[in-house]
Amino acid sequence: MYQAVAEPPPPRGVGQVLATSVGRVLVSIFVPVVAFIVLWAGFLFLKDSGAPKAVIVLVAIVWGIGGVAMLYVVANWLTEKLPPAWYGRILPFVFVGPAIAILAFYLLVPAVLTGWGSLFDANGQEFVGLDNYVYSFSNPEMVTAIRNNVLWLVFGTLFSTGLGLAIAVLVERSRLDRLAKTLIFLPMAISFVGASVIWRFVYSFQPEGQPQVGLLNAILGSFGIAPVSWLTSEPLNTILLIVILIWGQTGFAMVIIGAALKGVPDEMLEAGRIDGAGEWQIFRKLIVPTIWPTIVTVATTIAILTLKIYDIVIAMTGGNFNTQVIATLMWKQAFTFFDAGRGSALAVILLVAVTPVIWYNLRQFRGRAI
Amino acid sequence: MRAKLSVLVGAVVLVVAACGGGSSPAPGGGDGDLAGTKVTVGGAFVDVEAAAFEEAVKAFEDATGVDVVYNGDKSFEQQLNVQVQAGNPPDVALLPQPGGMKNYASQGKLFPLPDDIVASIDANYGPGWKEVGTADDGKVYGVFHRVNLKGLVFYPKAVFEAKGYTAPATWDELKTLMDKMVADGTPPWCIGIESGAATGWPITDWIEQIMLRTVGAEGYDKWVSGETPFTDPSVANAFEILMEIWGNEQYVYGGANYVVQTNFGEAPKAAFDDPPKCLLTNQGNFITAFFPDDVQADLDNQVGVFTLPAIDSAIGTPAEVGGDQAVAFADRPEIWALLKYLTTPEAGVSWSKAGGALFPYKGQDLANYSSELDKVFAESLVNASFVRFDGADAMPAAVGSGTFWSEPIKLLTGSQNLDTTLGNIAASWPK
Repeated sequence: MYQAVAEPPPPRGVGQVLATSVGRVLVSIFVPVVAFIVLWAGFLFLKDSGAPKAVIVLVAIVWGIGGVAMLYVVANWLTEKLPPAWYGRILPFVFVGPAIAILAFYLLVPAVLTGWGSLFDANGQEFVGLDNYVYSFSNPEMVTAIRNNVLWLVFGTLFSTGLGLAIAVLVERSRLDRLAKTLIFLPMAISFVGASVIWRFVYSFQPEGQPQVGLLNAILGSFGIAPVSWLTSEPLNTILLIVILIWGQTGFAMVIIGAALKGVPDEMLEAGRIDGAGEWQIFRKLIVPTIWPTIVTVATTIAILTLKIYDIVIAMTGGNFNTQVIATLMWKQAFTFFDAGRGSALAVILLVAVTPVIWYNLRQFRGRAI
Repeated sequence: MRAKLSVLVGAVVLVVAACGGGSSPAPGGGDGDLAGTKVTVGGAFVDVEAAAFEEAVKAFEDATGVDVVYNGDKSFEQQLNVQVQAGNPPDVALLPQPGGMKNYASQGKLFPLPDDIVASIDANYGPGWKEVGTADDGKVYGVFHRVNLKGLVFYPKAVFEAKGYTAPATWDELKTLMDKMVADGTPPWCIGIESGAATGWPITDWIEQIMLRTVGAEGYDKWVSGETPFTDPSVANAFEILMEIWGNEQYVYGGANYVVQTNFGEAPKAAFDDPPKCLLTNQGNFITAFFPDDVQADLDNQVGVFTLPAIDSAIGTPAEVGGDQAVAFADRPEIWALLKYLTTPEAGVSWSKAGGALFPYKGQDLANYSSELDKVFAESLVNASFVRFDGADAMPAAVGSGTFWSEPIKLLTGSQNLDTTLGNIAASWPK
């Protein structure tokens, strides 16, 4: 800002002023052009080079980080050339602009293109209007998938968050606080595909009379009950898949809610107790309202996860036995049947389904003091 | 211009090499200018099979100095579609489905084979193979290397002989044999159809073989092309014949719920348990690679095989084949050199010796096959007069790798009846 109070330069001749401003303009153009050429050369090198992998990785890191730094320096330098009033106005955009541009390029543009593509046929050639959406809501496979997604949304979110909350509250009073939390949090470290491999062994089914490798059927067998083919029993199988999500996500809910619990002031709880409130009342009327924003954040995060669930279903049943969800059908349409139109339509449906949850989540964020 | 010229030079060198070499391997015959180049190959097979493929192209690499890099991925077909759209497919893709080849060819993503490779296909393959590699524009794009012969029924030899069973020559004899096995206390069939994202494909093989045996070549072609819909009585008949076996808990080890959850490669192992849990496996020739290690080490003594018998004696026992075709996503001399090499019998030698693979070359030396079983397969494949390609692979993807896999699973697990199943498949056929 101190440019504003700098001494005005001594008056000069018209020719001199013209020469310097032309020079300034030329330099202002020259520097960004050079910066652009350097970045472009780096991009071309990364795209086509046959150099050893290590060199490419090194160049990519230097190019990526250095490139971003260079963009900021050049853009900042350019804005500094502007009159002080404009400098203040434009500077925020210089810093936020690239992030917005990258977001737009990677999220907004593909989303719009997908929406546009969903109005075309399998090869993206002929305009078919809303045909793909009509198909999506009338095809029996799709109807089952939507039903399953609702099951995932309701049971997955409810039990992950509910169990997380219950465990966080109960364990806080235990001396084994840390140990219990660690154990319950552990599954978080396993990817859903990895978790599915583990749970395949839990649900595994062998014909009656054979040794049961599956945990559940082994337990049934020890009571002399015939083995059950868990993964093909509809609609129980979808619930059994949801259990895997709950197993993985309860730890996440517990840790976040547990952190919020530590922030509940003891004085308030004590005051409640002195006023004669029971433990249940304290939980319901004091603790839950205090940590409600956290519960909402956890629930919405898990809700979004359940809406776009894919990996557990693919790894456990491949979407067979009526366990398919919208995301697995989208993948099938787009990448197995090469139907770009229907695949895009399903992607749009997923996006629309997730939007209210994200919107609610963002509203919660905005309402909260940081 | 330079690129074109070098292709031309490469092709000329190849022709010269091929002509001059006579029976020697065709790969470029030591033209030094390919040395140091690299060809990336993508395919759906992994592990043992990937290693065998790398071994098979080693002779080519040694002769030309070209580095062939194979990258196998079980979800290869989905991955490839993403790579093609992103503009970075492998140089050569081994496509399991002719429909996929036609799809990419019509999008202009593939380069048609040069004339000398087409001539090499004419010289080295039996009738039919070039046609499967031809796209709708009439140009040849695909080269077949390793192929499969399906409709083979494998059984544990020792148990079979001890019980006095004999290979059935007709469908009725097969049924009698099945009933005998049930009476002896062993369910006849070992069946598993789980296969990751491709779960269900063994069902289509069975149906295709039954269709070939009930409606003949012409009827089969009409069905595959969509002229005969799935709702046709002839298709319903094939499914009924299938369900007579698959739908009967006595005939299939573990019953339907076990079948749909068991990997196609795991299922046959039950035939080699002591005592065997089931006895018969109807699969392609490649299934021997999934047998237990001790059985694989002693295939000829432990495993017997018969062709799935005829249902209609007027039609006999046709051969159902399948296989990956190599197509080129780029136009470089080293790529054409590799594809040309794959059209020659030499490309099959090492893999024939390793076992579990079958090659369609007319001039191949059957003595290269390590086992008597493979020799029998190769002989019947080379001499077969009535050969048809895997029908599901040639159908539109929405059916051939979609509803034809997923809908019969629901029929099997009892969540829908036959009419609904066939109606759903017919409805999914792209208009």
